[in-house]
Amino acid sequence: MRKMLTIISNILRGSASRNGARVVVSARTYADFTPQATFDIKKCDLHKLEEGPPLQAVLSREEGLQYYRTMQTMRRMELKADQLYKQKIIRGFCHLYDGQEACAVGIEAGINLSDHLITAYRAHGYTLTRGGTVREIMAELTGRRGGIAKGKGGSMHMYTKHFYGGNGIVGAQVPLGAGVALACKYLGKNELCVCLYGDGAANQGQIFETYNMASLWKLPCIFICENNKYGMGTSVERAAASTDYYKRGDFIPGLRVDGMDVLCVREATKLAAEHCRSGKGPILMELQTYRYHGHSMSDPGVSYRTRDEIQEVRSKSDPISMLKDRMLSNNMASVEELKEIDVEVRKEIEDAAQFATTDPEPPLDDLCNHIFYNDPPMEVRGTNPWTKLKSVS
Amino acid sequence: MASLRCFLRSGKNAVSAGLRREFHRTPPAAVQVTVRDALNQAMDEELERDERVFLLGEEVAQYDGAYKISRGLWKKYGDKRIIDTPITEMGFAGIAVGAAMAGLRPICEFMTFNFSMQAIDQVINSAAKTYYMSAGLQPIPIVFRGPNGASAGVAAQHSQCFAAWYSHCPGLKVVSPWSAEDSKGLLKSAIRDDNPVVFLENELMYGVPFEMSEEAQSKDFIIPIGKAKLERQGNHVTLVSHSRMVSLCLDAAAVLAKEGIECEVINMRTIRPLDAEAIETSIMKTNHLITVEGGWPQFGVGAEILARIMEGPAFNYLDAPAVRVTGVDIPMPYAKILEDNSIPQIKDIIFSVKKTLNV
Repeated sequence: MRKMLTIISNILRGSASRNGARVVVSARTYADFTPQATFDIKKCDLHKLEEGPPLQAVLSREEGLQYYRTMQTMRRMELKADQLYKQKIIRGFCHLYDGQEACAVGIEAGINLSDHLITAYRAHGYTLTRGGTVREIMAELTGRRGGIAKGKGGSMHMYTKHFYGGNGIVGAQVPLGAGVALACKYLGKNELCVCLYGDGAANQGQIFETYNMASLWKLPCIFICENNKYGMGTSVERAAASTDYYKRGDFIPGLRVDGMDVLCVREATKLAAEHCRSGKGPILMELQTYRYHGHSMSDPGVSYRTRDEIQEVRSKSDPISMLKDRMLSNNMASVEELKEIDVEVRKEIEDAAQFATTDPEPPLDDLCNHIFYNDPPMEVRGTNPWTKLKSVS
Repeated sequence: MASLRCFLRSGKNAVSAGLRREFHRTPPAAVQVTVRDALNQAMDEELERDERVFLLGEEVAQYDGAYKISRGLWKKYGDKRIIDTPITEMGFAGIAVGAAMAGLRPICEFMTFNFSMQAIDQVINSAAKTYYMSAGLQPIPIVFRGPNGASAGVAAQHSQCFAAWYSHCPGLKVVSPWSAEDSKGLLKSAIRDDNPVVFLENELMYGVPFEMSEEAQSKDFIIPIGKAKLERQGNHVTLVSHSRMVSLCLDAAAVLAKEGIECEVINMRTIRPLDAEAIETSIMKTNHLITVEGGWPQFGVGAEILARIMEGPAFNYLDAPAVRVTGVDIPMPYAKILEDNSIPQIKDIIFSVKKTLNV
């Protein structure tokens, strides 16, 4: 009898994934679900701020499903990248974001697509939230012509509208982000710039130079430190004389946020955005988060931390599980519905990986293009004096 | 004396027009303009023309510019467009690049290019490479400008020439004007260019007046980046130079002319992209090449020119090895006698010409 049921459910599941048909095993109408619920979120530590974000967040069913889908897509995309890297289909640098999904998704939920964002090299998640597709992200990782930067940038150099990468030099993106904020203020469109950096970068001198100017000129800049406890292999205690990253802005108000809770991140971002848009100048958020992978694919990630620690975070604080539990226990979605999303996400990732592995590499005549913008075609010296290559804008 | 020389050098048109008996046409209304004023005019005109253009740097606003290049601009355009920065090059250069990414057209002034080393990562990794890395998605329309190279008595840390360092990198344009016309036309071009341009000025040239033609006084006068200018015609040897050294080449040429040696003097105007064609055309006529620069010899501008000539069609036209006249390969000393002997002098150029021509 059990075997019969297994066979039947396998057939049903199989047909569902093959046709993409939505096979709902148990019939429930949408009227059964709670349209929205209020959740308690952790209080944020504050620095030079009178009031923090509210201690409760309202989540609608639509929002919840959207956050779930995006985080799951991000998670699966990163895991697929891990797989492809081990198969040597992705090469070079690959810094994975799994574990930190609540940060990217929460931040985007607190701002608009018309706002601006810049981050460091752990950028695949943000490329997604800022409008990139999984296909073009994966094809960029595999270095193909369908990549978001036509295969010329790679993992650390992906760009979309109002998303300035993907930056390889630790800390350099912070002044850049303040510059984007300057442009926002200059052009008067009520936009702001979210400028991210890690706990490792937080000690960079140029960041303090940027705090100074952003504050002096009241730039609409949200500085966000994604503190995942390790700068490559160095724990925060070994790198920073003060690990209160949210206070390091000194004269800039700051708050420390639970970066594993998408709602906490969202509410804090909303507060920060309001602060900037009201002309008060910059604000600093520290998101306490965690990365499951090592610093990059060449780092197993267990020489400087224990497997137990990683497992503990996974079981107690996983951002996707947290959201899932909240929605299920409040009857905002069904197990099957979320499973369907999982299936769809898996399919999307598979398709993207398929594209990323079969799309051809960029043509050789693209080698010297994109040196200058809006310039007439020019000649570029090849590897020897007789080889003259063509370059167009 | 310097101004008289400059007047005579570039005032050929005005003088000859005056000598010709032209009753029906008034000679062109050329004026004397210093390099400083030419740069000021260029920025003023471009600030007026395009609202997205703005200037930031140390002392550019209320102080009127450390070398007074931005005199009067803050008074005219205000805090929004002329921004005084703290002494934090890496920070403000990065901010300038970020502003360019988001649609503005910044002019980022380094008080001298020696201080640009603090910010060089932003110039190279954030500005120069981004259009390529993004496969055309993200242009960076920015100008980095300021005095470059040796000054007078400012010693080692304040006298380095960065032409070679910046010209090494694809994705940058590197411009080095000599005259007032060069300065104005090239700075306007640089500001209108949609790409990162490193604009190397020279402090010792700021106060030097040049004749500026009526054409050059127009608000639309631009000089295209990437084209060298023939400053003096000659048959015996080609002297290729940039910035202040062009003055020395012309002075040396004047002295040599008395001995019957006619030098062709090329003012590079742009270091990257290098106008190799102009140099080759000249060598095919004169059969001799000497490059003259203020910077150090190793891996310098002259080294690149010589390598290109070796690899190109002009090699077969050389009657003698091409050579370089450069600064001495040492950090710049302070004492005047030492400093004077650390950079090329007119006599060094004359000596090199005679050695090359074997006279």
